[in-house]
Amino acid sequence: MSIILDKVNYSYSVGTAYEVNALKDINLKIEDNEFIGIIGHTGSGKSTLTQHLNGLVKATSGHIYVDGEDIYDNDYDMRKLRNKVGLVFQYPEHQLFETTVFEDVCFGPKNQGLDKKKAQLKAFEALYNVGFPEKLFYSSPFELSGGQKRRVAIAGVLAMQPKVLILDEPTAGLDPAGRDEIFELLAKMRKELNITIILVSHSMEDVANYVDRIIVMNKGQVMYDDAPREVFKHYKELEKMGLAAPQVTYLMHELKEKGLQVDETATTVDEAKQSILRALGR
Amino acid sequence: MIRDITIGQYYPANSIIHKLDPRVKLFSTLLYIIALFCFKGILGIGIITVFLFTTIKISKVPIKFIVKGLKAIVYLLLITAVFNLLLTPGNRVFWHYKLINITDTGITNAVVMSVRLIYLIIGTSLMTLTTTPNQLTDGLETSLKPLNKINVPVHAIAMMMSIALRFIPILIEETDKIMKAQMARGADFESGNIFKKAKNMVPLLVPLMVSAFRRADDLAMAMEARCYSGGAGRTKMKPLAYEKRDRIAYLVAILFFVAVIVARVLLPFPQ
Repeated sequence: MSIILDKVNYSYSVGTAYEVNALKDINLKIEDNEFIGIIGHTGSGKSTLTQHLNGLVKATSGHIYVDGEDIYDNDYDMRKLRNKVGLVFQYPEHQLFETTVFEDVCFGPKNQGLDKKKAQLKAFEALYNVGFPEKLFYSSPFELSGGQKRRVAIAGVLAMQPKVLILDEPTAGLDPAGRDEIFELLAKMRKELNITIILVSHSMEDVANYVDRIIVMNKGQVMYDDAPREVFKHYKELEKMGLAAPQVTYLMHELKEKGLQVDETATTVDEAKQSILRALGR
Repeated sequence: MIRDITIGQYYPANSIIHKLDPRVKLFSTLLYIIALFCFKGILGIGIITVFLFTTIKISKVPIKFIVKGLKAIVYLLLITAVFNLLLTPGNRVFWHYKLINITDTGITNAVVMSVRLIYLIIGTSLMTLTTTPNQLTDGLETSLKPLNKINVPVHAIAMMMSIALRFIPILIEETDKIMKAQMARGADFESGNIFKKAKNMVPLLVPLMVSAFRRADDLAMAMEARCYSGGAGRTKMKPLAYEKRDRIAYLVAILFFVAVIVARVLLPFPQ
């Protein structure tokens, strides 16, 4: 399933003194089974962009094509789009409302019009896929820990079996262990469920290890759209936008300046380690 | 829909009305309301109209902005006007059908009541538009301080008011966010009859309540962490102090009030 954005513009409060151009001429193409990180500073338009992808926010001008269909056509069914593109909001645990975890995850599939049995089956699968412990299925979602709540909320969207899963800052407020768990989970889901995952984050460090394409947003525009190692070559420009490349990038550049022949485009600690060992001839 | 709520909205501008002490504005608004409900005759309403629109002019708040606030009471206004018009007995009857009478008193009543309501809303919203919520509660707290003597918890009430006002925009934003999150899960807040709609609100209201309580909890904790322990012994960084313009404003408000009363006594006609 492909998503194409064609010259998408979006402004808040059009016609008033508070008008803000949140998105400016965004052109993007998102293919099947990609793992994308959207990175930008607070207010760069990254969250607004993701809300366009499932039709929650309508562009002021421009077109979005999903599977070749223009989602702004009058007879386009937005619910169909929301079944295909799942969006997990920031702090998704704030949207939990049912009496049990299981019931809450059933909410999405039920809205899709599935009967009770099928909805429960989907919910079960989704909870299983996010690695949620079975013994907690029937406890209240409000009694869980932060990390578990987040898993339930992700499962709530996953149960609708979207082809594209977008997550807005999925690791905000989690401890490092919880953060790694979520990222591992996403990488696993992408492989096993064969879906596209789009990750919104303001931290390069987080996404560099996992994604294979990074879209850098700044002031409502796409600045870079490339593989992580290509994007991080611009680490000086990234800094000017208030973003930072992974620490590995800085280390490798400094080593190179000092005369060690390392590959400065390494993006993960592992790659860097290999490159340094090689340069040292070990 | 949610974004139309304008309670406690503030319109920033650089005018003498904005700069006035909030106590003056509260007192003048009180006098204005009393005047509005006891004026009689064309002269009374004339004085009030001149006073109201001069104040608006000085305040630099666009009249369009104030009139927007009237939207909320359109139905109340219509009902009041229609009932007064059709159901008031009077001396001269212009039109009659079963219980319904259109009389001279009915017409005057309908007009007077409508004008009163409209002026009431315009006048009071002018006060909130020119005074920040913080100033307002500050003014209220200082004005009501004497009530402390009869054990009214003035400080607590003022604090609750300012917290409540502060939380309105936060909760509106939160509602918007949760609504979108549930829509992404296929929730539908628009279609269906009223019972279905009410039931569909559950996925919105439960998280909203939970988040409101969580925020209240956090706020209470943060206040306690800064040793907040109520009003006793608490001092202000910027205590309210009267200036020359405030004294003039008091004088103007009192003169206005006296003028309306005098007009009522001397010239109560025509009605």
